[in-house]
Amino acid sequence: MMFLKAVATMFLGLSFILLVALTSNGLVAQQVDPVARGEYLVNTSGCHDCHTPWALGANGPEPDMSRALSGHPADLQVDAQPELSEAWVWAGNPTNTAYAGPWGVSFTANLTPDPETGVLRDMSEAQFVDTIRNGRHKGQGRPILPPMPWPAYRNMTDEDLGAIYAYLKQVPSIRNAVPEPLAPVQ
Amino acid sequence: MSAPFLAGSRRGGATLGAALALSAMLAALAEPVRPSFGEAVPPDLFATGLYADPATRSVDPAHLAFSPQYPLWTDGAAKRRWISLPPGTRINASDPDRWLFPAGTRFWKEFAFDGQPVETRYMEHLGEGRWVFAAYEWSADGQDAPLAPERGRAGAWPLQGGRAHAIPGRSDCRVCHGSGPAPVLGFSALQLSPDRDPAAPHAEPLPAGAVDLAALVERGLVEGVPAGLAPRIPAADPVERAALGYLHANCGHCHDDRGALADLGFDLAHGLDDATPAVRATAFGVTLKDPPAGLPEGVGLRIAPGAPEASALLHRAGSRDRLLQMPPLGTALVDEEALALLARWIANQPRAEDPAPHIEGDLR
Ligand code: HEC
Ligand code: HEC
Ligand code: HEC
Repeated sequence: MMFLKAVATMFLGLSFILLVALTSNGLVAQQVDPVARGEYLVNTSGCHDCHTPWALGANGPEPDMSRALSGHPADLQVDAQPELSEAWVWAGNPTNTAYAGPWGVSFTANLTPDPETGVLRDMSEAQFVDTIRNGRHKGQGRPILPPMPWPAYRNMTDEDLGAIYAYLKQVPSIRNAVPEPLAPVQ
Repeated sequence: MSAPFLAGSRRGGATLGAALALSAMLAALAEPVRPSFGEAVPPDLFATGLYADPATRSVDPAHLAFSPQYPLWTDGAAKRRWISLPPGTRINASDPDRWLFPAGTRFWKEFAFDGQPVETRYMEHLGEGRWVFAAYEWSADGQDAPLAPERGRAGAWPLQGGRAHAIPGRSDCRVCHGSGPAPVLGFSALQLSPDRDPAAPHAEPLPAGAVDLAALVERGLVEGVPAGLAPRIPAADPVERAALGYLHANCGHCHDDRGALADLGFDLAHGLDDATPAVRATAFGVTLKDPPAGLPEGVGLRIAPGAPEASALLHRAGSRDRLLQMPPLGTALVDEEALALLARWIANQPRAEDPAPHIEGDLR
């Protein structure tokens, strides 16, 4: 009897500790709430590094969160590829949203749900998942250019990609029409 | 005495249950996770069972050769195709646009350039709609055909103008084959019709011994097809018939009204029951949903009837710029023969601004 009680109390205590541990680091929230899971994944997978324009902050260049996830700023026009010496293959611009390389020049997409300029405006969740899995616009169209790391993200589960989609669909909208990529110089 | 004991054990059981649930949750969190694209595929072509004798590359006589009347354009590759149905099974054709194949069905499609086989693609139905896709690349001496890399092979065969044929990656197979309602694209009632379109671009004469719809029905390999069925695209003239067939085969697996891109509202597929072509309603005079970069000034319609130069469909099918080109994958060269046919068909259509012929008295 005493022994059973002791075991029971131990389990009770243990599960309480586990529960506290899980809730305090957000794991439970992530299990039940896709938006929370999506936020966690976006923050830990580096999406802001490329999709949020960088500006000079208190400690040097850093993502400007007032323009979070809005992609390459439309007013920052890039119309030529930089000259690179033989030793270098690709280059990035100061906002870290435009990249030049053998693929031409690519600009990071506006991931906010802006109904006119957001890249997800006509994309269903299934199409978003296929975009990352197949490396193609809408899952079926033109190839997604470097350095978008879809070959890494395609290893995420459907649930995680769905959670990222759910999170992106509810971040504040920012109107910003990202330019189309430039063709490589022949 | 017994009551408190029961109560105690019940309480203990509940706690135990909670702890177990929690540890199961933790175990689930710790479990390695892989998305489902890593299906096992045969390591080389010979292991798929295509050949009765791999040494002489003689195809197993139990497999049936076939040839769709409207082939997919792949930079002029010569193609050979075979199907294998497990003995005693039949195809269920009760939905005429979406045949259901028995588990164990296998398809092969060989691509040759300049007389040399370059790749052979393979599909196998595992059952319940799950299909395996694989491409095997031929060695230069034609002796080996190992599995191509998961992401495909760029530069698999040189083509004109410094371009090259690429073997698609395994996810790209699904981009075309997984888009619409049916993963099998070239083995259908329309594609195997005995009433073959002689004007289809790159039409192949039916290979010796190949099966068509009539042969399948006669051999009892397909159920739900009325005897004597020979589907044909209803059209005003032979140019239109061939143009609609080309669009069906080369574009309709993505651009249809049931698949992943249905939201575009752009239907280039031909349903067997379609009395009028869906392309008329969804493309003629219809503004582009999303004009891509690189279209000439003033091209804003999917198809401008009577005006090929103002029709985005032609500009996209006539481009191999990665942002503009249609289809977006699978070819490196424009299909000039088909482009000329499509331009002729669009030029034949009455312009929208042409006054519709009507009789004055009818208005009252
Ligand atoms: C190393 C830089 C980089 C990182 C990190 C990055 N992206 Fe991108 N992303 C890009 C670039 C560049 C493009 C534009 C590519 C193009 O135009 O082909 C892009 C495009 C996209 C697109 C648009 C695809 C389309 O259909 O056109 C989506 C969606 C996207 N990224 C989501 C994400 C998400 C979600 C994350 C984080 C999990 C992320 N990206 C992280 C660089 C990055
Ligand atoms: C650009 C779209 C596209 C891509 C990419 C593609 N296919 Fe196909 N495939 C088709 C079409 C359309 C047909 C039917 C017409 C034909 O055979 O000419 C077909 C036919 C086939 C067939 C004969 C059975 C059938 O569906 O008619 C096999 C086998 C096949 N493909 C395998 C593959 C594999 C494996 C891959 C990837 C390595 C692949 N395909 C990539 C469009 C595509
Ligand atoms: C592998 C799938 C696929 C195939 C095959 C395909 N397309 Fe597309 N197509 C797309 C996607 C995805 C879009 C939307 C994105 C874009 O506009 O690039 C599109 C868009 C279009 C548009 C623009 C529609 C609009 O209103 O904006 C036209 C026109 C078009 N395709 C024509 C064709 C033609 C003609 C063919 C056959 C020669 C074809 N497509 C084959 C995937 C495909």
